[in-house]
Amino acid sequence: MKRLLGVLACVVAGFAAPVILPVVLAVPLSVGLPLAAWASEAEIRLDAAPIDVRDIASLQAGARTFVNYCLNCHGASLMRYNRLRDIGLTEQQIKDNLLFTAEKVGEMMNIAMTKKDAADWFGPAPDLSLIARSRGADWLWSYFRGYYRDPASPTGWNNTIFPGVGMPHVLWQLQGQRVLKEEISRDVSGNAAKDTHGNVIKTVKFDAVTPGTLSQAEYDTVVRDLVNFMTWMAEPNQVLRKQVGIWVLFFLAILIALSYALYKEFWKDVY
Amino acid sequence: MAATEKQPITGAGPFNGILTWIDERYPLMSTWKAHLAEYYAPKNFNFWYYFGSLAMLVLVIQIVTGIVLTMNYKPDAAQAFASVEYIMRDVPWGWLIRYMHSTGASAFFVCIYLHMFRAMLYGSYRKPRELLWIFGMLIFLCLMAEGFFGYLLPWGQMSYWGAQVIVNLFAAIPVIGPDLAIWIRGDYVVSDATLNRFFAFHVIAVPLVLLGLVAAHLLALHEVGSNNPDGIEINKIKNPKTGIPLDGIPFHPYYTVKDIFGVAVFMFVFAVIVFFAPELGGYFLEYNNFVAADPLRTPQHIAPVWYFTPYYSILRAVTVNFFWIDAKVWGVVAMGVSALIFVLLPWLDRSPAKSLRSRGPIYKAALAIFVVCFVILGYLGTQSVTEGRTLAAQVCTILYFLFFLLMPWYTTIDKCKPEPERVTK
Repeated sequence: MKRLLGVLACVVAGFAAPVILPVVLAVPLSVGLPLAAWASEAEIRLDAAPIDVRDIASLQAGARTFVNYCLNCHGASLMRYNRLRDIGLTEQQIKDNLLFTAEKVGEMMNIAMTKKDAADWFGPAPDLSLIARSRGADWLWSYFRGYYRDPASPTGWNNTIFPGVGMPHVLWQLQGQRVLKEEISRDVSGNAAKDTHGNVIKTVKFDAVTPGTLSQAEYDTVVRDLVNFMTWMAEPNQVLRKQVGIWVLFFLAILIALSYALYKEFWKDVY
Repeated sequence: MAATEKQPITGAGPFNGILTWIDERYPLMSTWKAHLAEYYAPKNFNFWYYFGSLAMLVLVIQIVTGIVLTMNYKPDAAQAFASVEYIMRDVPWGWLIRYMHSTGASAFFVCIYLHMFRAMLYGSYRKPRELLWIFGMLIFLCLMAEGFFGYLLPWGQMSYWGAQVIVNLFAAIPVIGPDLAIWIRGDYVVSDATLNRFFAFHVIAVPLVLLGLVAAHLLALHEVGSNNPDGIEINKIKNPKTGIPLDGIPFHPYYTVKDIFGVAVFMFVFAVIVFFAPELGGYFLEYNNFVAADPLRTPQHIAPVWYFTPYYSILRAVTVNFFWIDAKVWGVVAMGVSALIFVLLPWLDRSPAKSLRSRGPIYKAALAIFVVCFVILGYLGTQSVTEGRTLAAQVCTILYFLFFLLMPWYTTIDKCKPEPERVTK
C-alpha cells in the first residue's frame, strides 16, 4: 500500500512539476526581471467555434458555401469530390451542384482559377484541405467574424484575428460592412484599466456601416456551417475514428480484466 | 551440443514430432529455457519493470506500421506531403496505421525514458550491468536518430524547418562544420536529396542497428540477470539442490503473464490517444506540420517534438562565448553531452548501495531535482525564448550537469542503509 502511494506520489509530482516549478522559479526571478517576460506574447483571444462534425445538414450547407465562395481562389487539393458522399450527398448531387472545378467526381477539389491568373492577381492563396488542422476551428470561426472596413489597408479590409490580412472579406455581401471601434475599459477614477502585464484592456466592438443580406444570427449560421465543413474536410475520417475507438476501448477493457485475472491466478503461489 | 544428447520433446501434443525434429537441428529448447522458461527473474519487480517489454512492443508496432506506411508513402519533396494525406484519406484504414506510427514514436520515448528512470531509481546500471547499460544507451541514441530522420518524412513546415535547424547545428563545428552540414543534407538547403537519404536511414539503416542492439541488450541482460527494486543479487542465495535462486521465478510463465497485463493497460492508453487525441494537443503531431514544407517561409516559432525538447533547451540555454569560441558551438557541445552523459553513470555512481530504497537522502534529493529540471527543460523547449525562460533554462541546465558531475562526491558522503539479504515485497 505504502509503495503504491509512493508510485502515485511520483506520478502526481511528475505532472504537477511543470505547473508548480515555473511559478516557484518566477518568484526569485521577479525581483530582477519583470514578470511580463514570462507571458510576453500578446495572445489573440479566440471564440470557441460552436461546431459539430456529425451534423450532416450543417456540413452540406458548409460544403455549398465552401464551393461557392472559397474554391475560386483557394484549392482543397487533397480532398476528393466523391468524399462528399460521406456527408450524405449522392454522386449525382455532387455532379449537379458542386462540381465546378473538375470533370469527374473522383477528382480533387482543385482551385478554379489557373496558377498564372492567381500569380498575376494576388499570388497563390493557401490550400485549404488542412487549414482547420493547422489553424484550428476556433481560429477560423473568429477569423470569419473578425472582418472590418479599414481604409488604410490595400484591399480596404482588415481583420481583428489576422491583422494585415491579404484576403478581402469575401462574405461581405452576406455580413455587410462594419468598422472597428475599440473601447478602452476605465476604472473607477477614470484611468485606463490595465491587465497584470500592464497592457491596456481594450474591448473590440464593431459598428455596422451598411447592412448585409443576412442578419447577424443568419451570418453566424453560414460561418458556423462553413467552419464545420472545413473542420470535417481536414480529417474526413474523424467521426469514424471515434466510433471505432469506442469499440477498441471496450475490447481492451475486457482484455485488461481477463489478463489481470490470469496474472493473479498465476502469481498466487509466488509469495 | 551434439544432437544425440538431446531428449525428445514432450508435452507439446501433436507438435512433439516437429519440435523434436527442429530441436535436433537447432538450439530450440536450450534457447527457450535459457531466455524464458528457466531464466530466473527476481520476484519483486514493480510498476517500473513494465517499460522494457513495452518498449519492445512499441518497436514491433513501429516496424509493422512503418512497413505498411512505406507501401503508400512517396519519399519525394514534390509528393511526400500529399502522399501522407493520401494515406490519411484514401488508403483503407491508412489513418489508423499513420496515427499508430506517429503515436508510437512518442510512446517509444515515454517507455524508454521511464525505463531509463527505473535504472536510475534502482541502480540497474551498476556492476555487473555496465555493458547492458551501454547497449541501452546506444539504443537510446539510435532511437533519437530514428525520431529525427522520421520527423522529416511528412514534409510539413515543422519537419522541414526542424531538420534545417538541427542540420545547421553541425555547421557550427569549427573548420569542418559548413562542409559537414552540406554533406549531411546532400544540398545547400534541406531538399529532395535530404528527404531521400533521411528516408533510407529511417526505414532501413537505423532500424537494422536498433534490432541488433536490442538483441545485444537482451543477451547481456540474460547473462548478468535482472536487477530488482532492492538492488541485491538474487544469484547469491540459491537453493543448494536445484541451483535456482530462492528469490527468482521463471520468466515464463510468471513475467510473460504479468507483462500481458501490462500490454493490455498500455494498449488502452495508446488507443485513447490514437482514436481520440492523435495530435495530443500539438505535442504528438504539431499543428504547423499540417502545412506543407515551404523553403521560402520560415515559421515564427520552430519547436522540436516533445522528446527532444530537454536537449533543445540546453542548446538554447548556452548564450556565453567561452575561450573566444562562439556560444552556438558550446550550445551544440552541451546538447550532445547532455544526451550522452548517461553512459558514464556506472562510473560516476560511487554509492555503496544500488537501490534508492537503501540510499540516503542526498541521492534521493539529487534525483528528484534532476527529474524536475529535465521536465522543466522539456517544457521550456516547447516555448519561444524570453529573458526569464532563458534564465530558467540556464539554472536547470547547470543543475542537470551537476547531478552527473558531483555524483562521485555526493554518493560517497550519503548515509546509506544496509541492503537487505533477501528481496522484499
